[in-house]
Amino acid sequence: MPFIPHTETDIESMLDTIAAPSIDALFDEIPESLRIKELNVPTGMNEMEITRLMHDRAKQDGQVLNFIGAGAYEHHIPAAVWQITTRGEYYSAYTPYQAEASQGTLQLIYEYQTMMTALTGMDVSNASMYDGASALAESCLMSIRAQRRNKSVRILMPLTVHPFYRQVVTNIAGGQNLEFIEIPFDKKTGLTDLDAVKAECEKGIAAIVIPTPNFFGALEPVDELVDIAHANNGLAIAVTNPMTLSLLKPPGEWGNVEENRGADIVCGEGQPLGVPVSSGGPYFGFMCCKQAYVRQMPGRIVGRTVDLEGKEGFTLTLQAREQHIRRSKATSNICTNQGLMVTAATIYMSILGAQGLERVAASSYSNTKQLVKLLTQIDGVEPVFSGEVFHEAVVQLPKDAPTVLEALSHKHIAGGIALGEFYPEFKNCILVCATETKTEADLKLFAQELKAVLS
Amino acid sequence: MLIFEHSHTGRFAAAQAPHEVAETAIPKHLQRKERAGLPEVSELQAVRHYTRLSQKNFSIDTQFYPLGSCTMKYNPRACNTLAMLPEFLSRHPLAPVSHGQGFMQCMYELQDMLEDVTGMAGVTLTPMAGAQGEFAGVAMITAYHKARGDLERTQIIVPDAAHGTNPATAIMCGCEVIEIPTMKDGDVDFEALKKVVGPKTAGIMLTNPSTLGVFERRIKEIAELVHDAGGLLYYDGANLNAILGKVRPGDMGFDVIHMNLHKTFSTPHGGGGPGSGAVGVSKRLLPFMPIPFVKKNKEAGERQYDWVTEKELPQSIGRLSAFMGNAGVNLRAYVYARMLGKEGMQRVAEFATLNANYLMKRLADAGFDLAFPERRATHEFIVTLKKQAKELNVNAMDFAKALLDEGFHAPTTYFPLLVPECLLIEPTETEAKEELDLFVDAMVNVLRNSEKDSEQVKAAPYTTPVRRLDDVRAAKQLDVRYVPDVA
Ligand SMILES: Cc1ncc(COP(=O)(O)O)c(C=O)c1O
Repeated sequence: MPFIPHTETDIESMLDTIAAPSIDALFDEIPESLRIKELNVPTGMNEMEITRLMHDRAKQDGQVLNFIGAGAYEHHIPAAVWQITTRGEYYSAYTPYQAEASQGTLQLIYEYQTMMTALTGMDVSNASMYDGASALAESCLMSIRAQRRNKSVRILMPLTVHPFYRQVVTNIAGGQNLEFIEIPFDKKTGLTDLDAVKAECEKGIAAIVIPTPNFFGALEPVDELVDIAHANNGLAIAVTNPMTLSLLKPPGEWGNVEENRGADIVCGEGQPLGVPVSSGGPYFGFMCCKQAYVRQMPGRIVGRTVDLEGKEGFTLTLQAREQHIRRSKATSNICTNQGLMVTAATIYMSILGAQGLERVAASSYSNTKQLVKLLTQIDGVEPVFSGEVFHEAVVQLPKDAPTVLEALSHKHIAGGIALGEFYPEFKNCILVCATETKTEADLKLFAQELKAVLS
Repeated sequence: MLIFEHSHTGRFAAAQAPHEVAETAIPKHLQRKERAGLPEVSELQAVRHYTRLSQKNFSIDTQFYPLGSCTMKYNPRACNTLAMLPEFLSRHPLAPVSHGQGFMQCMYELQDMLEDVTGMAGVTLTPMAGAQGEFAGVAMITAYHKARGDLERTQIIVPDAAHGTNPATAIMCGCEVIEIPTMKDGDVDFEALKKVVGPKTAGIMLTNPSTLGVFERRIKEIAELVHDAGGLLYYDGANLNAILGKVRPGDMGFDVIHMNLHKTFSTPHGGGGPGSGAVGVSKRLLPFMPIPFVKKNKEAGERQYDWVTEKELPQSIGRLSAFMGNAGVNLRAYVYARMLGKEGMQRVAEFATLNANYLMKRLADAGFDLAFPERRATHEFIVTLKKQAKELNVNAMDFAKALLDEGFHAPTTYFPLLVPECLLIEPTETEAKEELDLFVDAMVNVLRNSEKDSEQVKAAPYTTPVRRLDDVRAAKQLDVRYVPDVA
């Protein structure tokens, strides 16, 4: 029987021990009227058959030359990362509640927390949230809990935040009386309108969300935004791409140098750190904060301590924030997180180190620059925003964007996403991205095919 | 030793990084001044470090893991291999659907199979774990009442035996939690329930079989009572393994259910995640389902399978993840479901139940007290060590730690909270009889040792990489990141 080891002899002797006449008799507490005879699902397949089926389905999808970013980024992942991550000892282990039997996972998370605090310039990291969007929702909720004296529930949400993130935030945090105020952006630069931010601050704020690079790939005026948040007694919530932080100033250092405070909460999508784009998941959300707010942080946290012989060891700590202890008073309902993805990210960061990450980031930056240059050499294709971008940019096409993208997809090129769906005023615009995985030839091919489609 | 303690300035795995490029033109004031403090090691050093760390873990692949409510069954390797085919891994979530028909067909068929297994009218795979499935479910319940103009329904009823995520979820959805007690036989206190249902009831969250390891026998009456009062029923599907292919939550009267695919459908727990919390709904909740999920169009072609979005489902509670939820986890569940097929699914419940009842009987015969001796075990059961705690001064925690020395992962301890000194034991269907017998021997061994020398048991474990850890110190002298000594 698939995945069931019992022989006829086993079954007989076990039933004998239980003193039950049959396996069916073990279900005798279930009302007869509720029991079903048979399911409608197809009959089972063996490993050879399902292998054939899945290979056929995969082949049907094929692989395209991808220039889409928009929250999920294709990077080269060293072979060692997933070979080690899928070792049974990581892959098939449970949440490390029994610390003595889980030192591998626990130490790894402690190392991960250290790496994330190094990238973000924060004091504390948790062990992961579901994804970047849900991490932002939890960060917003946390910012309210963290300021009991601040009565405002208004959170400023720039329209340069990923549109899907904004949706997720209202869907998850909306039930708890938070108010999200949309902040417009400058149509020339693609950057958040600081005057609009200041104006909204006059009615009081709980926090300002600061996305960088923002949805358009542009680098926001983070120093000014952090200072405005703090000057108005609000918290600064950074939502960022950890890969870019190998080059960018860590959120913990944003803002006025004298004040030396930086962002208060930093979150985002961890996928660029060693996790494949894999149709949207599993990824992981990261979340870091300043020491002062650690007791309001959702999710698991690992701490270093000693055992009864004084030997160093690791354990889940501050669990009194979590649902299994605090139930309805917990900081969040999250239980299962994205542990295995964190395992991959930790190994990825260890192998590449800061130097390797810098190269990945710089190479993605320069590839995107090069791509935009090639694309805008085509007649009628124009750059849209003047702000400095990281590894993603918006360009305007002379034709309807979805139609052009569909034509490109028939040439096995995913040529970015159409912006019009999210920003109607940018109807013919596309958001493109070229990471370090793209060669000069790839970039030229894209430009050449786009030119052909447009002519 | 930490990975950081292997660091040497300037070292990194050059073969894995791209070539160096010219400096960026990022404005100086936005640039990092100092290199981030990540490890600086060779590829071999990283590989060796993380391989060695892995060896400090218990896992299903190395140990029996009778962790109640967690369904630690074997995670078939084929599921992983086939979900990690390069085409699936390299597919961008926003790539054109014409290049994802194979993947989307898998998702569609998984939705279909889960509908059948649960007896629900629709399934969405987007929630990323059980707790997010709960969130989706309760959010749909409140959206349903609101859509009907029934604005007073803000209470969610939760039994005291419920998992912590249930009340925490209700609060996140802006509801009030009303707790009801459990009776001595493990069933919900029906009379107490009667007293609290009413015009304020939004719904009730139930787990069946409950977290006490018994089937809620009056489920039909409960459903009727709550429905008559205008409330809806939420099914926490963490224990679906017990009834797979035998009984369906939809037939019991539930309006919405989450499944933990990382339990029942054998996707790995991965040291804490990722999971997948697929949600099934009855007809009346269809308009509120979270998006996106996959629909199948009549005409074949490059868009036969497509995403349902809010355009088609304007009353949807919306998107709960940036993209499509934990797609790769869902692919693993799909492979597993296809391998089991309809016969295999029923066998899951049958042999999970056989193993649990066998183990329960053997432990009872060996002198352990059961929390519900009069009841059948479902796929799990509870041993209470109240007597041992009193007479021998050895509690559930001590037992759990001593079992680690015996080479077994501990059962779930101190959950559910209402049974004192409890061990919630779930063997799952993938364990062989001889493994269960060895576990009984280990339990008996710990019991004998406790009778002989309880102090020795109280200091267990001895053979693990570390001994019992100082949790109080961990919380008081918080050390959650490595800070190098600047000597
Ligand atoms: C009964 C019960 N409900 C809900 C959950 C929460 O599921 P998850 O951890 O996938 O969020 C769990 C699992 O831990 C559980 O055992």
